[in-house]
Amino acid sequence: MTGYIAAIVVMGLVTLFCRATPFLFFLRRRPPAILDFVQRYIPPMIMTILVLNSFKTLRLDRAPFGLPEICSALVVAALQLWRRNALISIVGGTGLYMLLIRFF
Amino acid sequence: MHPHGPETRGHGILGPAFTASVPVLLGYSTIGIAFGLLVVKAGLPWFLAPLMSLVIYAGAAQFMAIGLLAAGTDILQIAVLTLVINARHMVYGLSLLDRFAACRRFKAYLVYALTDETYGLLTTVEPPAGSKPESFYAAISALDEGYWFAGSTLGAVVGGLVPTALTRGLDFALTALFVVLLVEQIRSIRRIEPYAVAGAATVLAFVLFGPANLLVIAILLAIAGILPFRRRLA
Repeated sequence: MTGYIAAIVVMGLVTLFCRATPFLFFLRRRPPAILDFVQRYIPPMIMTILVLNSFKTLRLDRAPFGLPEICSALVVAALQLWRRNALISIVGGTGLYMLLIRFF
Repeated sequence: MHPHGPETRGHGILGPAFTASVPVLLGYSTIGIAFGLLVVKAGLPWFLAPLMSLVIYAGAAQFMAIGLLAAGTDILQIAVLTLVINARHMVYGLSLLDRFAACRRFKAYLVYALTDETYGLLTTVEPPAGSKPESFYAAISALDEGYWFAGSTLGAVVGGLVPTALTRGLDFALTALFVVLLVEQIRSIRRIEPYAVAGAATVLAFVLFGPANLLVIAILLAIAGILPFRRRLA
Protein backbone atom coordinates (compact mmCIF):
# COMPACT_ATOMS: atom_id res chain seq x y z
CA MET A 1 0.00 0.00 0.00
CA THR A 2 2.75 2.50 0.88
CA GLY A 3 4.32 1.49 -2.44
CA TYR A 4 1.17 2.56 -4.31
CA ILE A 5 0.92 5.84 -2.44
CA ALA A 6 4.63 6.61 -2.93
CA ALA A 7 4.27 5.98 -6.67
CA ILE A 8 1.19 8.21 -6.86
CA VAL A 9 2.95 11.02 -4.98
CA VAL A 10 5.96 10.75 -7.30
CA MET A 11 3.67 10.88 -10.36
CA GLY A 12 1.93 13.91 -8.89
CA LEU A 13 5.24 15.68 -8.29
CA VAL A 14 6.51 14.92 -11.81
CA THR A 15 3.23 16.19 -13.31
CA LEU A 16 3.38 19.35 -11.21
CA PHE A 17 7.01 19.81 -12.25
CA CYS A 18 5.97 19.67 -15.92
CA ARG A 19 3.19 22.19 -15.39
CA ALA A 20 5.20 24.58 -13.24
CA THR A 21 8.54 24.56 -15.12
CA PRO A 22 7.87 27.46 -17.53
CA PHE A 23 6.45 29.65 -14.75
CA LEU A 24 9.37 28.96 -12.42
CA PHE A 25 11.95 29.37 -15.17
CA PHE A 26 10.60 32.74 -16.27
CA LEU A 27 9.70 33.97 -12.81
CA ARG A 28 12.28 36.75 -12.87
CA ARG A 29 13.57 36.89 -16.44
CA ARG A 30 11.84 37.89 -19.63
CA PRO A 31 11.40 35.10 -22.17
CA PRO A 32 13.70 35.53 -25.18
CA ALA A 33 12.20 37.10 -28.32
CA ILE A 34 12.09 33.77 -30.14
CA LEU A 35 9.89 32.34 -27.38
CA ASP A 36 7.70 35.41 -27.54
CA PHE A 37 7.05 34.52 -31.15
CA VAL A 38 6.58 30.78 -30.57
CA GLN A 39 4.17 31.11 -27.63
CA ARG A 40 1.75 33.19 -29.70
CA TYR A 41 1.27 30.31 -32.09
CA ILE A 42 1.26 27.52 -29.50
CA PRO A 43 -2.53 27.57 -28.82
CA PRO A 44 -3.58 27.17 -32.49
CA MET A 45 -0.93 24.49 -33.02
CA ILE A 46 -1.88 22.61 -29.83
CA MET A 47 -5.59 22.65 -30.73
CA THR A 48 -4.79 21.27 -34.20
CA ILE A 49 -2.66 18.53 -32.63
CA LEU A 50 -5.25 17.69 -29.94
CA VAL A 51 -7.98 17.30 -32.57
CA LEU A 52 -5.83 15.03 -34.73
CA ASN A 53 -4.65 13.15 -31.63
CA SER A 54 -8.28 12.31 -30.81
CA PHE A 55 -8.44 10.42 -34.10
CA LYS A 56 -5.20 8.49 -33.77
CA THR A 57 -6.88 5.19 -32.86
CA LEU A 58 -9.38 5.32 -35.74
CA ARG A 59 -9.37 2.28 -38.03
CA LEU A 60 -9.76 3.70 -41.51
CA ASP A 61 -9.17 0.30 -43.12
CA ARG A 62 -12.37 -1.38 -42.01
CA ALA A 63 -16.04 -0.46 -41.55
CA PRO A 64 -17.20 2.06 -40.48
CA PHE A 65 -13.89 3.62 -41.65
CA GLY A 66 -13.88 6.25 -38.93
CA LEU A 67 -16.92 7.87 -40.52
CA PRO A 68 -18.92 8.39 -37.28
CA GLU A 69 -15.99 10.32 -35.77
CA ILE A 70 -15.15 12.31 -38.91
CA CYS A 71 -18.78 13.19 -39.75
CA SER A 72 -19.57 14.17 -36.17
CA ALA A 73 -16.44 16.33 -35.94
CA LEU A 74 -17.37 18.08 -39.20
CA VAL A 75 -20.87 18.71 -37.85
CA VAL A 76 -19.35 20.18 -34.67
CA ALA A 77 -17.18 22.52 -36.76
CA ALA A 78 -20.11 23.50 -39.01
CA LEU A 79 -22.39 24.19 -36.03
CA GLN A 80 -19.68 26.25 -34.39
CA LEU A 81 -19.11 28.30 -37.54
CA TRP A 82 -22.84 28.81 -37.98
CA ARG A 83 -24.18 29.48 -34.48
CA ARG A 84 -20.98 30.14 -32.55
CA ASN A 85 -22.47 28.50 -29.47
CA ALA A 86 -20.04 25.94 -28.04
CA LEU A 87 -22.76 24.09 -26.13
CA ILE A 88 -24.95 23.59 -29.22
CA SER A 89 -21.93 22.48 -31.26
CA ILE A 90 -20.69 20.00 -28.68
CA VAL A 91 -24.02 18.57 -27.57
CA GLY A 92 -25.19 18.35 -31.19
CA GLY A 93 -22.03 16.66 -32.43
CA THR A 94 -21.80 14.29 -29.47
CA GLY A 95 -25.46 13.36 -29.81
CA LEU A 96 -24.96 12.63 -33.50
CA TYR A 97 -21.89 10.55 -32.71
CA MET A 98 -23.75 8.51 -30.07
CA LEU A 99 -26.50 7.82 -32.61
CA LEU A 100 -24.10 6.92 -35.42
CA ILE A 101 -22.08 4.39 -33.41
CA ARG A 102 -25.31 2.64 -32.43
CA PHE A 103 -26.42 2.22 -36.02
CA PHE A 104 -23.14 1.52 -37.82
CA MET B 1 -22.84 49.46 -6.52
CA HIS B 2 -20.78 47.04 -4.51
CA PRO B 3 -18.38 48.84 -2.13
CA HIS B 4 -15.35 47.21 -3.76
CA GLY B 5 -16.54 47.85 -7.30
CA PRO B 6 -17.55 45.29 -9.85
CA GLU B 7 -14.01 43.96 -10.22
CA THR B 8 -13.98 42.16 -6.89
CA ARG B 9 -17.40 40.59 -7.09
CA GLY B 10 -17.37 36.85 -7.29
CA HIS B 11 -20.85 36.27 -8.63
CA GLY B 12 -21.43 36.61 -12.30
CA ILE B 13 -18.38 34.41 -12.84
CA LEU B 14 -19.69 31.00 -11.87
CA GLY B 15 -22.47 31.01 -14.47
CA PRO B 16 -20.27 31.74 -17.48
CA ALA B 17 -17.55 29.43 -16.08
CA PHE B 18 -20.05 26.60 -15.75
CA THR B 19 -21.40 27.16 -19.26
CA ALA B 20 -17.88 27.11 -20.67
CA SER B 21 -17.08 23.93 -18.75
CA VAL B 22 -20.14 21.84 -19.68
CA PRO B 23 -18.31 19.99 -22.49
CA VAL B 24 -15.64 19.03 -19.96
CA LEU B 25 -18.41 17.92 -17.58
CA LEU B 26 -19.70 15.50 -20.21
CA GLY B 27 -16.24 14.19 -21.06
CA TYR B 28 -14.59 14.12 -17.64
CA SER B 29 -17.51 12.50 -15.84
CA THR B 30 -17.77 9.63 -18.32
CA ILE B 31 -14.03 9.11 -18.75
CA GLY B 32 -13.57 9.57 -14.99
CA ILE B 33 -16.12 6.82 -14.33
CA ALA B 34 -14.30 4.55 -16.80
CA PHE B 35 -11.04 5.31 -15.00
CA GLY B 36 -12.45 4.54 -11.55
CA LEU B 37 -13.94 1.32 -12.85
CA LEU B 38 -10.60 0.23 -14.33
CA VAL B 39 -8.79 0.92 -11.05
CA VAL B 40 -11.08 -1.48 -9.21
CA LYS B 41 -11.01 -4.02 -12.04
CA ALA B 42 -7.19 -4.05 -11.90
CA GLY B 43 -7.47 -5.22 -8.29
CA LEU B 44 -6.35 -1.91 -6.77
CA PRO B 45 -8.11 -0.44 -3.70
CA TRP B 46 -10.99 1.84 -4.77
CA PHE B 47 -9.70 4.93 -2.95
CA LEU B 48 -6.60 5.03 -5.13
CA ALA B 49 -8.87 6.38 -7.92
CA PRO B 50 -9.89 9.61 -6.13
CA LEU B 51 -6.40 9.87 -4.64
CA MET B 52 -4.79 9.76 -8.10
CA SER B 53 -7.33 12.25 -9.45
CA LEU B 54 -6.39 14.66 -6.68
CA VAL B 55 -2.62 14.12 -6.48
CA ILE B 56 -1.79 13.50 -10.17
CA TYR B 57 -4.82 15.01 -11.98
CA ALA B 58 -3.66 14.08 -15.47
CA GLY B 59 -5.93 11.70 -17.38
CA ALA B 60 -3.52 9.93 -19.70
CA ALA B 61 -0.93 9.45 -16.95
CA GLN B 62 -3.58 8.08 -14.58
CA PHE B 63 -4.78 5.49 -17.08
CA MET B 64 -1.15 4.50 -17.63
CA ALA B 65 -0.63 4.30 -13.86
CA ILE B 66 -3.31 1.62 -13.40
CA GLY B 67 -1.28 -0.96 -15.29
CA LEU B 68 2.01 0.16 -13.80
CA LEU B 69 0.76 0.05 -10.21
CA ALA B 70 -0.99 -3.28 -10.70
CA ALA B 71 2.23 -4.73 -12.14
CA GLY B 72 4.32 -3.32 -9.29
CA THR B 73 6.52 -1.30 -11.65
CA ASP B 74 9.69 0.26 -10.28
CA ILE B 75 9.10 3.82 -9.05
CA LEU B 76 11.91 5.36 -11.10
CA GLN B 77 10.45 3.91 -14.29
CA ILE B 78 7.04 5.27 -13.31
CA ALA B 79 8.59 8.72 -12.83
CA VAL B 80 10.28 8.67 -16.26
CA LEU B 81 7.12 7.50 -18.04
CA THR B 82 5.10 10.23 -16.30
CA LEU B 83 7.66 12.81 -17.40
CA VAL B 84 7.39 11.72 -21.04
CA ILE B 85 3.60 11.63 -21.07
CA ASN B 86 3.22 15.02 -19.34
CA ALA B 87 6.14 16.92 -20.89
CA ARG B 88 3.66 18.65 -23.21
CA HIS B 89 2.44 20.65 -20.22
CA MET B 90 5.74 22.54 -20.20
CA VAL B 91 4.75 23.95 -23.58
CA TYR B 92 1.27 24.89 -22.38
CA GLY B 93 2.73 27.03 -19.64
CA LEU B 94 4.89 28.94 -22.12
CA SER B 95 1.80 30.34 -23.82
CA LEU B 96 0.16 31.21 -20.50
CA LEU B 97 3.04 33.22 -18.99
CA ASP B 98 1.41 36.55 -19.86
CA ARG B 99 -2.12 35.46 -19.02
CA PHE B 100 -1.08 34.16 -15.60
CA ALA B 101 1.33 37.03 -14.88
CA ALA B 102 -1.54 39.09 -13.44
CA CYS B 103 -2.73 36.17 -11.31
CA ARG B 104 -1.80 36.13 -7.65
CA ARG B 105 -4.17 34.29 -5.32
CA PHE B 106 -4.91 31.30 -7.50
CA LYS B 107 -1.78 31.13 -9.63
CA ALA B 108 -0.36 28.04 -7.92
CA TYR B 109 -3.71 26.29 -8.20
CA LEU B 110 -4.11 27.25 -11.87
CA VAL B 111 -0.69 25.79 -12.66
CA TYR B 112 -1.41 22.55 -10.77
CA ALA B 113 -4.80 22.09 -12.46
CA LEU B 114 -3.64 22.71 -16.04
CA THR B 115 -5.00 19.76 -18.03
CA ASP B 116 -5.37 19.64 -21.84
CA GLU B 117 -9.04 20.58 -21.66
CA THR B 118 -8.61 23.35 -19.09
CA TYR B 119 -5.71 24.75 -21.12
CA GLY B 120 -7.95 24.80 -24.19
CA LEU B 121 -10.69 26.68 -22.36
CA LEU B 122 -8.35 29.17 -20.68
CA THR B 123 -6.62 30.09 -23.94
CA THR B 124 -9.84 30.43 -25.95
CA VAL B 125 -12.74 31.56 -23.75
CA GLU B 126 -12.84 35.28 -22.89
CA PRO B 127 -13.57 36.13 -19.23
CA PRO B 128 -16.91 37.94 -18.88
CA ALA B 129 -16.69 41.73 -19.13
CA GLY B 130 -15.98 43.43 -15.81
CA SER B 131 -14.89 40.22 -14.11
CA LYS B 132 -11.50 39.36 -12.71
CA PRO B 133 -9.89 37.02 -15.28
CA GLU B 134 -8.05 35.18 -12.48
CA SER B 135 -11.31 34.29 -10.71
CA PHE B 136 -12.85 33.15 -13.98
CA TYR B 137 -9.82 30.96 -14.76
CA ALA B 138 -9.90 29.51 -11.22
CA ALA B 139 -13.63 28.78 -11.46
CA ILE B 140 -13.19 26.89 -14.75
CA SER B 141 -10.19 24.97 -13.39
CA ALA B 142 -11.98 24.02 -10.17
CA LEU B 143 -15.16 22.94 -11.98
CA ASP B 144 -13.13 20.78 -14.39
CA GLU B 145 -11.22 19.18 -11.54
CA GLY B 146 -14.48 18.64 -9.64
CA TYR B 147 -15.97 16.73 -12.61
CA TRP B 148 -12.87 14.56 -12.90
CA PHE B 149 -12.69 13.87 -9.17
CA ALA B 150 -16.41 13.10 -8.89
CA GLY B 151 -16.36 10.90 -11.99
CA SER B 152 -13.38 8.81 -10.91
CA THR B 153 -14.73 8.41 -7.37
CA LEU B 154 -18.13 7.40 -8.69
CA GLY B 155 -16.54 4.96 -11.12
CA ALA B 156 -14.48 3.31 -8.40
CA VAL B 157 -17.38 3.02 -5.94
CA VAL B 158 -20.40 2.24 -8.11
CA GLY B 159 -18.87 2.08 -11.60
CA GLY B 160 -20.20 -1.40 -12.22
CA LEU B 161 -23.76 -0.12 -11.81
CA VAL B 162 -23.56 2.53 -14.56
CA PRO B 163 -25.01 1.04 -17.76
CA THR B 164 -22.19 1.63 -20.26
CA ALA B 165 -24.54 0.79 -23.16
CA LEU B 166 -26.31 4.06 -22.39
CA THR B 167 -23.31 6.35 -22.04
CA ARG B 168 -21.17 4.81 -24.80
CA GLY B 169 -19.81 7.56 -27.02
CA LEU B 170 -20.37 10.39 -24.54
CA ASP B 171 -16.60 10.82 -24.28
CA PHE B 172 -16.72 12.20 -27.83
CA ALA B 173 -17.62 15.48 -26.07
CA LEU B 174 -13.90 16.04 -25.45
CA THR B 175 -13.05 15.60 -29.13
CA ALA B 176 -15.94 17.95 -29.94
CA LEU B 177 -14.56 20.44 -27.41
CA PHE B 178 -11.16 20.42 -29.12
CA VAL B 179 -12.85 20.91 -32.52
CA VAL B 180 -14.77 23.93 -31.15
CA LEU B 181 -11.60 25.39 -29.63
CA LEU B 182 -9.78 24.87 -32.94
CA VAL B 183 -12.56 26.71 -34.84
CA GLU B 184 -12.30 29.58 -32.36
CA GLN B 185 -8.51 29.66 -32.76
CA ILE B 186 -8.96 29.83 -36.53
CA ARG B 187 -11.33 32.76 -36.02
CA SER B 188 -8.81 34.73 -33.99
CA ILE B 189 -5.55 33.71 -35.69
CA ARG B 190 -6.21 33.88 -39.41
CA ARG B 191 -2.95 32.52 -40.71
CA ILE B 192 -2.58 29.17 -42.39
CA GLU B 193 0.98 28.51 -41.17
CA PRO B 194 0.39 27.31 -37.55
CA TYR B 195 -2.40 24.92 -38.58
CA ALA B 196 -0.51 23.56 -41.57
CA VAL B 197 2.70 23.13 -39.57
CA ALA B 198 0.89 21.42 -36.67
CA GLY B 199 -1.05 19.16 -39.03
CA ALA B 200 2.10 18.13 -40.88
CA ALA B 201 3.93 17.63 -37.56
CA THR B 202 1.21 15.31 -36.25
CA VAL B 203 1.11 13.24 -39.45
CA LEU B 204 4.90 13.02 -39.47
CA ALA B 205 5.02 12.01 -35.79
CA PHE B 206 2.37 9.34 -36.42
CA VAL B 207 4.15 7.93 -39.47
CA LEU B 208 7.55 7.90 -37.76
CA PHE B 209 6.64 6.81 -34.22
CA GLY B 210 3.05 5.56 -34.26
CA PRO B 211 0.27 6.48 -31.85
CA ALA B 212 2.30 6.12 -28.62
CA ASN B 213 3.49 9.49 -27.30
CA LEU B 214 2.04 11.17 -30.38
CA LEU B 215 1.21 14.38 -28.50
CA VAL B 216 4.64 15.21 -27.15
CA ILE B 217 6.46 14.30 -30.38
CA ALA B 218 3.99 16.25 -32.54
CA ILE B 219 4.28 19.32 -30.29
CA LEU B 220 8.08 19.28 -30.44
CA LEU B 221 8.02 18.90 -34.24
CA ALA B 222 5.43 21.69 -34.55
CA ILE B 223 7.51 24.12 -32.49
CA ALA B 224 10.59 23.34 -34.54
CA GLY B 225 8.51 23.62 -37.71
CA ILE B 226 7.05 27.06 -36.95
CA LEU B 227 10.46 28.65 -36.37
CA PRO B 228 11.31 29.13 -40.09
CA PHE B 229 8.08 31.17 -40.44
CA ARG B 230 9.14 33.68 -37.84
CA ARG B 231 9.74 36.50 -40.32
CA ARG B 232 6.63 35.77 -42.37
CA LEU B 233 4.39 35.72 -39.29
CA ALA B 234 5.90 38.81 -37.65
